[in-house]
Amino acid sequence: MPIQAEHEIHGRRRSRNVGLGLVLIGFVALVFALTVVKVRQGGLIEGYDHQPRVSLTPLDGETKGDAP
Amino acid sequence: MMSAGSDISEPIAGMMADINAYEHTPEAQFGDYVALLKPRVMSLVVFTAFVGLWVAPGPVHPFIGFCAVLFIALGGGASGALNMWYDRDIDAIMTRTQSRPIPSGRVEPGEALGVGIVLSVISVMMLGLVANWFAAAFLAFTIFFYAVVYTVWLKRWTPQNIVIGGAAGAFPPMIGWACATGGISIESLLMFALIFFWTPPHFWALALFMKEDYHNAGVPMLTVTHGRRSARRHIFAYTLVLAPFAIWLGLTSVGGPLYMAVAVVLNAMFIHGGWKILQRSEEQAIADGYAVEKRVFKLSLVYLFVHFLALLVQGWMGGW
Repeated sequence: MPIQAEHEIHGRRRSRNVGLGLVLIGFVALVFALTVVKVRQGGLIEGYDHQPRVSLTPLDGETKGDAP
Repeated sequence: MMSAGSDISEPIAGMMADINAYEHTPEAQFGDYVALLKPRVMSLVVFTAFVGLWVAPGPVHPFIGFCAVLFIALGGGASGALNMWYDRDIDAIMTRTQSRPIPSGRVEPGEALGVGIVLSVISVMMLGLVANWFAAAFLAFTIFFYAVVYTVWLKRWTPQNIVIGGAAGAFPPMIGWACATGGISIESLLMFALIFFWTPPHFWALALFMKEDYHNAGVPMLTVTHGRRSARRHIFAYTLVLAPFAIWLGLTSVGGPLYMAVAVVLNAMFIHGGWKILQRSEEQAIADGYAVEKRVFKLSLVYLFVHFLALLVQGWMGGW
């Protein structure tokens, strides 16, 4: 027979689980959005292995944002 | 032979007994963990860090700026959790802090320590990735300063605790500035000075009318160790020291006519408030229920908020 009545402690536990779940989802979304912004800004794409790539180097007079 | 009814009721009775046993265990809900982060202090951190970031030269992508302020605030919250973990014994004595998650039994001390350490690491690492490693190191130092230098070392040792410890609350606008510029400048140092010299008169005005709390907890507050007359002199002296820094900030690249007008008026009011506190005897204060001290305390809250608001608006309008 399932227990029908819910104890107050279950409410507290649910609040904790839902809260933590939302925080984790929010964190994943934040890191994803941050990655998109950083990549679009051109940030450290060429810096990670210290090997500048000609294909990613802006042409003379061309700004970062205009690079293909 | 047992009946079918007793077969069912016994396990249920056992479960109910287990649940009842849990009823008084410290099982927190989500809001209790949020309370560990001292949301009201965090709101000051968010606001001042945002202003520091906003008025700094150089463009910052809005989302990067949002994330930077978020992780500065998280770092501030983490240091609040570490503070609550260490101060749980005196928090249980002071009426102002008795309802905090640890003394009220809703969160266990070990949980608070864990939350504080984990959030400290996450906030510093994320700020380094979001903005720059100078700002991240600055945030790490701020957490260390508040949790160790202030909470563990200064708070229970010297009546100058809030003077030196106030630095921790003064760092956020410098961190915000560092997120945008990667360094320190006279403007960010003056924003630091504005909060640093504002903290003592703000807290001592509070201590004048919340006298029993700190005394009972054995925290060496100036009002207890050096007497209330001395605290009144210190409040006035700090309002005098504070004013030149507030005005000087108005003469830098982040200042302008609006900020300067606000700074002149508010500092005149704050010095006047400090002077009135100095002029009063303890008997006069008791007679009117510390009316002047309470008014100056409220003014100090407005003072800091409006100064940073003026910087924000001035940054939007453009300076000199």
